[in-house]
Amino acid sequence: MMSFNSLIAIALGYVIFLFVVAFLAERRAIAGHANWLHSPIIYTLSLSIYCTAWTFYGAVGYAARSGLEFVTIYIGPTLVMVGWWWVLRRLVRIGRAQRITSIADLVSSRFGKSTQLGIIVTLISVIAGTPYIALQLQSVTLSFAVFAQVEGVSWQQTDFNRTAVWVAIGLAVFTVLFGTRNLDANERHHGIVMAIAVEAVVKLLALVAVGVFVVWGVAGGPGAMLARIDASEINLWDQNSGRWIGLIFLSAAAFLCLPRMFQVLVVENADERHLHIASWAFPLYLFLMSLFVVPIAVVGLDLLPAGSNPDLFVLTVPLNQGQGGLAVLSFLGGLSSATSMVIVATLALATMVSNHMVVPLWLRLQGSQQATISGDVRHVILLSRRLSIAAILALGFLYYRVSGGGTALAAIGLISFTGAVQILPAMIGGIFWRGATGVGAAMGLITGLLIWLWSLFLPSFGADAIISEAVMANGPWGLNWLRPQALFGITDLDPLVHGIMWSMLLNAGMFVLGSLITFPAPLERLQGAQFVNVFDHSNAAPTWTAAAAGAEDLLIMAQRIMGSNEAQAIFEQEAKAQGKAGYLPEVTLDFVERLERELAGSVGAATAHAMIGQLIGGSSVSVEDLIAVADEAAQILEYSNRLEEKSKEQERTARALRDANAKLTALSIQKDAFLSQISHELRTPMTSIRSFSDILREGDATSDEQGRYAGIIHDEAVRLTRLLDDLLDLAVLENGQVVLHEQTGNLSDLLDRAVRTSGAHDGRLTILRHRPDEDFNLTADLDRLGQVFINLISNARKYCDAMTPELTIKVGRSPAGTFVDFIDNGSGIASDNQALIFEKFSRLTDGSKAGGAGLGLAICREVMQRLGGDVAYLANVDGGAFRVTLPPAKNMAELEET
Amino acid sequence: MSRTNRSQVLLHRANYRQRRLRDAAKLLPVLGILLWAIPLTWPATSQDDQAGVGSAGLIYVFGVWVLLIVLGGALASVMRPIIEPPEVEGTEKE
Repeated sequence: MMSFNSLIAIALGYVIFLFVVAFLAERRAIAGHANWLHSPIIYTLSLSIYCTAWTFYGAVGYAARSGLEFVTIYIGPTLVMVGWWWVLRRLVRIGRAQRITSIADLVSSRFGKSTQLGIIVTLISVIAGTPYIALQLQSVTLSFAVFAQVEGVSWQQTDFNRTAVWVAIGLAVFTVLFGTRNLDANERHHGIVMAIAVEAVVKLLALVAVGVFVVWGVAGGPGAMLARIDASEINLWDQNSGRWIGLIFLSAAAFLCLPRMFQVLVVENADERHLHIASWAFPLYLFLMSLFVVPIAVVGLDLLPAGSNPDLFVLTVPLNQGQGGLAVLSFLGGLSSATSMVIVATLALATMVSNHMVVPLWLRLQGSQQATISGDVRHVILLSRRLSIAAILALGFLYYRVSGGGTALAAIGLISFTGAVQILPAMIGGIFWRGATGVGAAMGLITGLLIWLWSLFLPSFGADAIISEAVMANGPWGLNWLRPQALFGITDLDPLVHGIMWSMLLNAGMFVLGSLITFPAPLERLQGAQFVNVFDHSNAAPTWTAAAAGAEDLLIMAQRIMGSNEAQAIFEQEAKAQGKAGYLPEVTLDFVERLERELAGSVGAATAHAMIGQLIGGSSVSVEDLIAVADEAAQILEYSNRLEEKSKEQERTARALRDANAKLTALSIQKDAFLSQISHELRTPMTSIRSFSDILREGDATSDEQGRYAGIIHDEAVRLTRLLDDLLDLAVLENGQVVLHEQTGNLSDLLDRAVRTSGAHDGRLTILRHRPDEDFNLTADLDRLGQVFINLISNARKYCDAMTPELTIKVGRSPAGTFVDFIDNGSGIASDNQALIFEKFSRLTDGSKAGGAGLGLAICREVMQRLGGDVAYLANVDGGAFRVTLPPAKNMAELEET
Repeated sequence: MSRTNRSQVLLHRANYRQRRLRDAAKLLPVLGILLWAIPLTWPATSQDDQAGVGSAGLIYVFGVWVLLIVLGGALASVMRPIIEPPEVEGTEKE
C-alpha cells in the first residue's frame, strides 16, 4: 500500500511536472512555435475547467444522494456548446473585436465603458467565486486526509488548515508566475492553458479509469452493472421538475457567466473556428466525465460501509479494492480539477479586480497630475494583479477557515453558480438588445445580487450563523413576505429553485424596466450598436471628437502600459500605414481609437478610455456626433436600398440606351440605303431625260417619236419634281415652318376625295367604309389631313400583298380622341420594323416596286403632329393597320385666335 | 450581364446549403432541450414502488447526449469552417 509520504512526493512531482509543462509552452510561444498551442483540441480541453473538483468528486456523491439529477450540471453546458451559434459565436466575436479582458470588462464596455458597472460585476464575481475556491481547497485537503486515514492517521482541523494553506500558496505562485507574465490579457496565457489542457486529460483519464475498473473489474460488465443499478437503493429519478429545469438553466447560464469560463471561452479563444470543433468535442468530454458517475456511486454504496462519505467514492472505492495505483491516479485527477479551476478563476478574478477596482482607483488618486509624468503604470498594474491573485486566494482560504470546511461548504457550489448567473441578463441583454442601458444593467445586477445574498448566500452559512432562525421562519421585522426562502409568500419551493427564480425574474425585470425608462449616454449607444451589430462589419464610429494629443505623449503612455517594445511596434506600424517615415504617426481619430482598443486589452475598456481621455483632453463623443452616425442599422438599410434603386435606374437607362443605339444603327443603315436610293431615284429620271433630249436634239426622230419622247421627258420631270417636293415638304414640316390653313369640312367628303386622288378607285383595291360614322364636321387643315389619308390609302394599294386586296376605313372614338383606322388584309409589318416605318428615309421593301422614296409615312407623322393629332401603327391587328388620331375639336376662342 | 447573373444564382445555391446547415445548428439545442425535457413525464421512483425508470432512464439521458454529440459533430464537419465573407453575413437578417 502506498505510504502517505510517497503520495506527497507524487503530488509534488505532478505539480513540478505542470510547472515544467507551462514553462515549456510559454517558451515555445515566445519562440514563435505556438501553432499547435492554438489548436481546437487545446481549446476544448481548456474548457474542462468547468469540471472542478466539486464535479470530479462531488458528482458521485450527488448521484448517490439525488440520482440522475447530477447530470443537469453537465446538460446545461452541453446545450450551450451545441447551440454555440446563438450566443457563444457572438460573444467570441465581440471579445475579439473589442479586446475584452473579462466578463466585467464586457459589461462595462457594452454600457459605455462604465467604471461603476465594472465594479459591480467584479464584486458579484468575487463574492460568488470565493466560496467556490474554498470548495476546491477543501476537496484537495479531504483527499489528502483519505490517504492519511488509510495509514491510520486521523486528521485534525490543524492538519486540514495547514494543507489548505500550502495548496493555496502553491496555486498563488503558479498563477502569478504564468498568469502575470505579460499584461495584455489578449496575448493569452499559453503556459496556463497548456497546463490546464494536461490536467484536463489527467482528470478525464482518472475518472474513466476508475469507471472502467468499477464496471468491468467490480461489477463484471455493462449488463451486470445495469442490473446492479436497478437493484441499487439509489433513487435514480426523483421527479422534481423544478429542480431538473432550474438546474439545467443554472448550469447553462453559469457556463457563460462564470468568470473563469468566460476567460477560457472568450478571452483565451485564439480562433473563432475552434468553436466548431469544441461545439461537439466539449459535450463529448462532459459525456465521458459523467458516464461512470452512477456506476461508481452504486458500487460505492454497495461496497463501502454505511455512512462513508459518497463524495469521496472516487478515491475510496479503489482504495477499498486494494487498487493503490488507481487511487493515486484518481487523487491526481481530483488535484488537477481543483488546481486548474482555482488557477483560472483566480486569474480571471484578479484581472477584474485589478482592471476595474485597483487601477481606476489609482488613476483617480493620480488624477490631479498629468498621467504622463507619473511612474510606470505597467508596473503598477502588474503589481496590482499579483496582489489581487494573492488576495483572492487568501479570501478563499479565509472562507474555508470560517465555514469550517464542513458540509455547509459542499452545498455552496450551486449557490455560487446562482450568484455568478446574476450577470446573465445584463450580458445577454447587452449583446442582443440595443435598447439596454447602463442604468438598467446596474439596477438588474444590484437587485439580483441582493436577492441572491438574502435568499441563498447568507442562509447557506447555516441556521443562526448570519440570519437568525427567527428571521428565516418569520421574515425580518416580522415581515412575512420577506422570509429568505419564501419571498412574496411563495412557499413549498425548493430553496435553490426559489432563489434562482426570484433573483433571475427580478434581475431581468429591473434590467428591462431600467433600460426602458432611462436614456443611454452617447458613448453607450455607440457601444451598444457595435456589440449588437458585431456581425455587420460596420466601421466603428469614432468615440473621440478631437485628437489633440501629441503622438509622443501617447507613445509614452502606451509604453508605460504595454511595455516599450510592443508600444513602439504599434506606433511604427501605424506610421508605416500612414506612409510616414520614422516612429511617430499622425495622431488621427482612427489611431487613437485603435490605441485605446490595444490598451483595453491590457487594462480594460473603462480604464483605457479614461486614460486616453486624460491625455487627449478632448471630449468623448457627443450627441451631435451620434446623430451624425445616427442609427447604424437604418443607415445600412437605407444605403442598400439606395444602391438597389440606383442599380435599377442604371439598368433602365442602359436599356433605353441600348434601344436608342439599336434604332440609330438601323437608321444609319437605312440612311445609307436611302442615299444610294435617292441618288438612284434622281439619276434614273435624269438619265432618261438626258438620253431622250439627246435624241430630240439630233433631230432624227419622226414627229410621232418626238411626241412620245417629249412625253417621257415630261413624265420623268414630273417624277423628279414630286420627289423634290416630298423632300422639301418634309424639311419644311420638320423645321416647324409650315403654315396651317384651318378649314371646316365633312370627314366623309375628305375621305372620298382622298380615295379618288390616291387612284384607289381603279378597282384593284376594294375599300370598305361605314359612311354614317364618318358623317361629321371637323376643323383642321383639311388639305394636309387629306394628304395623310391619301398617303395611307396609296400605301395600302402599293404594299398590300393579299390576293384580293381590301382596305377597311373605320372611324371610332377613344379617350385620346376620334380616330380613323386604315386596315388592309395584307401581311402587315414585322414587329421589329414597326418602330422604323415612321422614320424618314426608311423603306422596308426595295423601292423600285413602290416608286416612292420612303418619305410618305415620315411626312404623315410630321403633319399629324403639327395638326395636334397622331398617326401610329396598330401592332395587334391582322394586316397592315394605321390609326390616325384626329386633332381634338377646337373651341371657338382658339379658332378665332388662329 | 447575364453571365454574372447566372454565377450569382450558383453562388446562392452554394450558400443556400450553408444557410440551412446553420439553421440546423441553431435548432440543435432546441432538440436537446425537448429530448431532455421528456424525463419530466417519467413517474417518480418511490421507496415502496421499485418500478421506476431505473437504468433505462440512465440509458435514455446518455443516449440523447450521444445523439447531440453525433449531430453536432456531423454539422461541424459539413459547415464551412471559414469565416464567411462579409457580404453574405450582411444580407442575412438575424
